[in-house]
Amino acid sequence: MPQVSMTVNGKPASGEVEGRTLLSTFLRETLGMTGTHVGCDTSQCGACVVHVNGDAVKSCTMFALEAEGADVATIEGQAAADGTLNAIQAAFQEHHGLQCGFCTPGMVMSAAALLKENPKPSEAEVRKYLSGNLCRCTGYHNIVKAIMAASGQDVGAIAAE
Amino acid sequence: MYAFEFERPSTVADAAKALGEEDAQALGGGQTLIPTLKQRLAMPSKLVSLSGIAEIKGVCKADDGALCVGGGTTHATVASEAKADYPALAALAGNIGDPAVRNRGTIGGSIANNDPAACYPSAVLASGATVVTNKREIAADDYFQGLFETALDEGEIVTEVRFPVPEKASYQKFEQPASRFALVGVFVAKYADGVRVAVTGASESGVFRWSEAEAALSSNFAPEALDGMAPPADGMISDLHGSADYRAHLVGVIARRAVAAAS
Ligand SMILES: Cc1cc2nc3c(=O)[nH]c(=O)nc-3n(C[C@H](O)[C@H](O)[C@H](O)COP(=O)(O)OP(=O)(O)OC[C@H]3O[C@@H](n4cnc5c(N)ncnc54)[C@H](O)[C@@H]3O)c2cc1C
Ligand code: FES
Ligand code: FES
Repeated sequence: MPQVSMTVNGKPASGEVEGRTLLSTFLRETLGMTGTHVGCDTSQCGACVVHVNGDAVKSCTMFALEAEGADVATIEGQAAADGTLNAIQAAFQEHHGLQCGFCTPGMVMSAAALLKENPKPSEAEVRKYLSGNLCRCTGYHNIVKAIMAASGQDVGAIAAE
Repeated sequence: MYAFEFERPSTVADAAKALGEEDAQALGGGQTLIPTLKQRLAMPSKLVSLSGIAEIKGVCKADDGALCVGGGTTHATVASEAKADYPALAALAGNIGDPAVRNRGTIGGSIANNDPAACYPSAVLASGATVVTNKREIAADDYFQGLFETALDEGEIVTEVRFPVPEKASYQKFEQPASRFALVGVFVAKYADGVRVAVTGASESGVFRWSEAEAALSSNFAPEALDGMAPPADGMISDLHGSADYRAHLVGVIARRAVAAAS
């Protein structure tokens, strides 16, 4: 079987895979990193979003072998080593941006990609950016609020939609 | 998914050679092909990934002013790199699916697949673009041949798409909110020698040019030129999202919006 090597959250990771092994499967089953969730497995829900060379991608819709040599970032690498949450995670907690938490890893990784590209997004820009991340619990309102707060913007004025 | 071999060459020549094997298939961004494989609707013996081929990635300007987009260029790259030269094309790419889809999906994959509701085919057809492959150049008018059908031969690779840049253009799509594909999408492009209008999402035979609208807009490039006009409902897609009559009506509405928005 082919061997694949990449960097995951700054550390080298490798393993044997098949051609058809998805990146999400490699992360969850080979590396045991189950923070990346698989909700739909059909490219719709975004629970499996990770970063590959800095870009948000759906890891259920990419083969592990396509990530050969790549720099991969997952939810496990977002908090500091001592467990201190990063600004986006802390804002999700503070603003109740999650209920069951299933969509949250993907939401946080998408939010991180958005804020890197657009540090002060408008509410409409946040909602548009999250079009590929589905949440069946929150109604999105507090997720949007958390992301706006994480970007350092005042969230008092965000209206429920 | 059925099992397959996987190869990731770094040149078009090596990819073409690998694709010469029986039942080998190209892999672009995988945003259409991977879901297809998961459903076991395809059974390639080998996937030849095009993602490692630097020569088919990126956006550049040709000597004649045309915008050249490499066949392996992602939607996200087109959205940012075509902005200055062909803003309507950049905007189309920036509204395909969602950010994660745009970071993987490629123009070559989109036009090779030729989904009747895909966005890119309308830009390629309305711009009178040239599809360049590892073997030949194909005019847009000859390239799209109906539902999921193109002029591509087995194993042929889209290496570049060359877009003549219009004076004004706009793509407007009426989004099917669940899939984010076009329920109806219209690309309007005004060139010195006339206007081209391509419609996606609507017809049972895939993307098409709406010639009555082209004639009306070529003499008067204004939304009013299309007042009361809609293509015939005959041959339009009818499904749970919209009837054929509804789609035909939408084509007129969306075309007028595209003309109003053209810049
Ligand atoms: C959630 C979601 C939403 C989407 N929304 C939209 C939308 O709004 N509008 C839209 O237009 N599309 C949409 N898409 C489709 C998306 O644009 C795909 O990226 C695109 O259709 C296929 O491109 P790909 O590079 O991923 O190709 P792949 O999936 O890798 O391949 C598709 C087909 O093209 C062939 N192929 C790939 N590259 C080449 C090449 N260079 N030369 C020859 N053949 C090639 C493959 O063999 C395969 O048959 C969406 C997809 C998803 C998952
Ligand atoms: S699990 Fe990947 S998009 Fe839903
Ligand atoms: S918090 Fe439950 S799916 Fe989003």
